[in-house]
Formats: sequence, structure tokens, C-alpha cells
Amino acid sequence: MSAAGDVVDATGAPVVVADESIGDVNWSLWIGAALVGLVAAMALVSFLWTPYDPYFVDVTNRFGGPSPTNLFGTDQFGRDVLSRLMVGARTTLFVGVVSVGVAGVVGTPLGILMGMAPGWLHRVLLRGNDLLLAFPALLLAIMFAAVFGPSTTTAMVAIGIGTIPVFARIARSGTVQVMSSEYVLAARSAGRRGVRLAVRHVVPNIASLLLVQASVSFAIAILAEAALSFLQFGTPAPIPSWGLMLFQAQSVLAVNPGLTVWPGVGIAVAVLGFNLLGDGLRDRFDPRLAGHS
Amino acid sequence: MADQTVVTRADDTAAASDDRLVVDGLDVRVGLVGLLHDVGFRLGAGERVGLIGESGSGKSLTALAIMGLLPDGLVASGHVGLAGTDGNLLDAADVRMADLRGRRMSMVFQEPMTALNPLMKAGDQVAEVLAIHGLGGSGRDRDRRALELLDAVRMHEPELVRRRYPHQLSGGQRQRVMLAIALANEPDVLICDEPTTALDVTVQAQMLDLVVEGARDRDASLLFITHDLAVVATVCDRVLVMYGGRIVEAGPVQQLFTAPRHPYTRGLVASSDLDAVDAAGRLPTIPGVVPAAGTFPAGCVFRTRCERATEACAEPPPWTGQYDDGHACIHPYGDEPVARDPEPRPDPRPDPHPEPGVSEVTS
Repeated sequence: MSAAGDVVDATGAPVVVADESIGDVNWSLWIGAALVGLVAAMALVSFLWTPYDPYFVDVTNRFGGPSPTNLFGTDQFGRDVLSRLMVGARTTLFVGVVSVGVAGVVGTPLGILMGMAPGWLHRVLLRGNDLLLAFPALLLAIMFAAVFGPSTTTAMVAIGIGTIPVFARIARSGTVQVMSSEYVLAARSAGRRGVRLAVRHVVPNIASLLLVQASVSFAIAILAEAALSFLQFGTPAPIPSWGLMLFQAQSVLAVNPGLTVWPGVGIAVAVLGFNLLGDGLRDRFDPRLAGHS
Repeated sequence: MADQTVVTRADDTAAASDDRLVVDGLDVRVGLVGLLHDVGFRLGAGERVGLIGESGSGKSLTALAIMGLLPDGLVASGHVGLAGTDGNLLDAADVRMADLRGRRMSMVFQEPMTALNPLMKAGDQVAEVLAIHGLGGSGRDRDRRALELLDAVRMHEPELVRRRYPHQLSGGQRQRVMLAIALANEPDVLICDEPTTALDVTVQAQMLDLVVEGARDRDASLLFITHDLAVVATVCDRVLVMYGGRIVEAGPVQQLFTAPRHPYTRGLVASSDLDAVDAAGRLPTIPGVVPAAGTFPAGCVFRTRCERATEACAEPPPWTGQYDDGHACIHPYGDEPVARDPEPRPDPRPDPHPEPGVSEVTS
């Protein structure tokens, strides 16, 4: 708080400056980052090294329990679960990044446009968006899979498209609020308008909303991909994906229930990690909340 | 935008060539409800004009209409002209208005706590208005100029302040930043909408000095909106008194405060005298309350609260006198000074004109 003594107003009285020292640790941010980092690390390492070839079938070693040679055991084809989990992490992250990317890049400008548009256009766009919002993303993905054939790409693009109206809606409501604020009126009175008004004043002020939405959507996308793969509308076998692994484990649930644990834990860790990370980032990047989180 | 609206008090005198801003027959309405009626005034070069009136009299709306920043749904008609630009600003496209805003005319808002972007550093917000109008050179030039501007509004430690976010600054500091932004591009017209209302008294006086000085140094015309008569007396040369969306009296500060002609102005001046009390020991007040927008009486808008009102007031009172020195009242006071010891007034209610249907709009 050395800064407090430095700032005085014109009367010479010291001005109370917000305490900038970080009080509490931002647990959401660090735990979220650690969990996401773990998933990301697994995915990255899998490009260079996996304990075994994830596709190598060893019929002599089916349903192998955890052992020093196969840390997480082997599945019904004798494939190493850890190796498959690592390669599956790639799919999971890829799906999350691409689908949230598609939704955010298309949905955010659409929402801001809605929020800044004159009354009638606003209403027309909003109703159109509501119409799309009513259409389930998973159903859209199944439709896509039926048309284009099941693949990871189909799944994530479909999930991304299905998430666009969610982003548009949240961006719209944030924009409407920001546009009615006095600082936007002040910016307009200084000559700001149109796209640059949106970029300079609206986007930064709705970024925290979008960040939280992105982390939630990321988690939903991971779940959706898992569900699609589980339903065999997503990543086709034998490519490892956590959802597909869960599906395959389910078919042998009676024989070896332990196989469902690892992909399930992986999905839970990734979803929790992204949710916490989103919360933590929001608190971190809002100067009004900095130091109070 | 009917042409006949441009036949009002502004035509009483030949248009002075140094008029910076000419507002004529300005009407603002939302749906069928009229909010401003036939507002007209002029700002000469370097002139400082006060716009006073109670809350809800239409002061801020006048400013927003001039700036072309009326909220959705509010429609302005009439004429707003700015020296050096052609045509009616009310008809101008938003692109053109945006070019004028912040360059030729700028505005300081009432609430410094909310009028700055919370996510931009103070210095960046000053530099932004330079960038918008492409007058600031390179990014580094703009930052340097922003620092000079903060220094010019006598900000202590501008180097430190410019790197701070608005929430780290005091109200006075923020309002200085707002003023620096408003003055950055040397505007011809500066509109201040109650810039000191949210500040504490010691900071108010400094802020007023800065506004006057900033306008004078740049030869900018100042439209100063306030409800504080003492502030008007220190800042302005001329005063416009607004009530019910109309200008009811205009005149030089001295004259308006010593010998107001409109009963409303007289009431305002009397109620600002904190030494005067009536027989019951109460401070003088204007009886009644400001009606809600759209429920003002037809004819003279003040007649339901006016002690001089008669049947004749049911007709709209014509403007009497010059555009910059006159009033809209058919029973004006003469030159007698404001009663320092006013006789007890009758209770404002019952309404002297209780007949139904006096309101222009029944909504």
C-alpha cells in the first residue's frame, strides 16, 4: 500500500486507493489450471511417448489389473489403458477447443450485433436466436453424423454450431447492459461508434461473461463428445476417445467394472478443471475484482 | 421537421455571426408524450450560458438532443446548427455526428463514478479521444499529449494517475479525467451536465474553476447545466431557466437573479435564499411538485403551481423580449427585487385549475 500515500487530490488530502496486494490465493484459478494442465500434459506427452502402442492388441493380457507394467491395467483387447487415456486426452482437448472456438468466434459478434442493433433488428435477431437455441446441440450432432458420417471433426463442428446461440445470447445480454451504461454514452459523446465502440468498450466489459461461458461450454463440449462417441456418432473406433473408451468399458461392465473408472475420472477432471479455470480467470482479469477474489 | 418551427425567438434578432451553437424550436417526444417544447437558444463564441431548472425539467435531454445521443425511442425535431457545419444536426447521419462529437462539441457528465470505462486506464481513455479524431499523431505522441492534458486539469501526479483504473481514483480525479477528455480536441462547444453535483463542496469549487478556465483558454462556448443557482452565478454570463421542457426565462445572470420576471424563476431564486423564512419559520419553496413528463398543463406549463396564474394562462404564453433576454409569462414581475421576507403563501393545493382535461396528454 505504498501507493496510497502518493495519490492526493487537489486539496492535498490522500485519496484512498484500492488495495492492490493480492489478499487471498485465487484457488479456483490455480486448481483449475492444474487440472487442465494435467489433461493438456497427457495430450502433449502422448505425441512423443506412450507406455505402449495404444492400438497394440495383446490377447494374452486381457483385463489385466493395475500392475507395474500396465499402471492402469489393460482393456478387453489387452490394450494399455494409460496409453489410450493419454491419446484420448488429445481428442478431448481438440474437441473442446474447436467447438468452443467455433461457437465463440461466430456467436460473440452475433450477440454484440444484436445488442447494439436498433430496436426492430434486435428483436428479429433475438427471436431467430431463440429458435436456434431451442434446437438441442446433441440432436444437431447426430444429424450431422448421419449426413457426413461419424468422426471427431463432425462431432466438434456440430457441437460448436449448436453452441453458437448460447454465446450469442450471453454476448447480447452483456452488450445491452454495457450499451446502457454511462461510460458508453460518454464514449459516444467523444465520437466513438460502431465496430470500434464494440471492440474498445463492449468486448472488454463482457469478456468475463464470455470467459465463464467458454469454460462451461468447454465442459459441455467434452461431455457431448463423450456422449456422441459413446453413442457411436462421434469418434469412430479404434481411435481412443474418453467417451468411446467409456462405451467400450460399458459393454464389459459385468466382467471388469474397473475399466469405466479411468475414462470417467478423466472426463470429470477435465470438466471440473475448465469450470474452475473459467471462474479463476474471470476474477483475475477484472481489475475491479483483482485482489478481492 | 416542419420549416415553420424555425420562426421563433431566434429570428427576433439578426443571427450574430459569432454564434457557435443555434438551437431553434427543438422538440423532443417519446410516442405521443412531448418532453421538450420549442426550446431555443444560442451560444456565442466564448460565451458561458447556464441552463437551470428542477430535476425533470428537460435540461439533460436538451444536451443529449444537441449531441445526437438521445436514447432509442426519443425523437427530436426542430433545428440545431453548429458554426462551421452545414444544415441541421438533428438530421445529420450518426457517422457525421460522431465526427463532430468529441472534436467540435464535447460533454462532461454528472456522475464521474460511472462515466469512465472501468476496464481502461485513465490515460488510455484520454488518449482514445485523440485517436478517434486522428489528431494525436503516433501512439506515443498521444500518450504524451494525454499526460499534458491531465496536467492541464491540474491533476496531481498525472504520471501516476494515468496508469490507474477509474476505481482507483477519487470522484474529483475522475471528473478531471472527464474534463481532460472533453477538452482534448479543443472543442468549440463544451456542454457540462451538472459536472459538480456528485462532488463534495471543496472539490466543486476547483472543478468549476477548471471548467471556466478550460473553456476560456480554448475560446469554447460553454453550456452549463445545473440546478445550483450559486454555481450559475460564479460560472455563467447568461442564464436560461427551464421548466416543463420549455425555456421560461432567459437573461444575464445579474438581472435574472436580482429581478426575475417569470414567477418560476422568482420561486427558484427565493428558495435558494436560505436566510429567508416565512411567518411559520419555513424556508420559501415553490408550491407543489414538478408533474410527471407528459402531464404538464396546457398553456403555461407552470400555471398549476403559480400564484399569479389566471384563466388567461390556459393559452401558451408568447415569448416576450429578446431571445437572450426575455421570458414566457403573461403576468411577469416588474423590476421589484425578490421579496426577502415573503408573505406566507396560500397552501398550494387545491389546484387553482382543477378542471379536467388541462393536461396535454392523458397517459
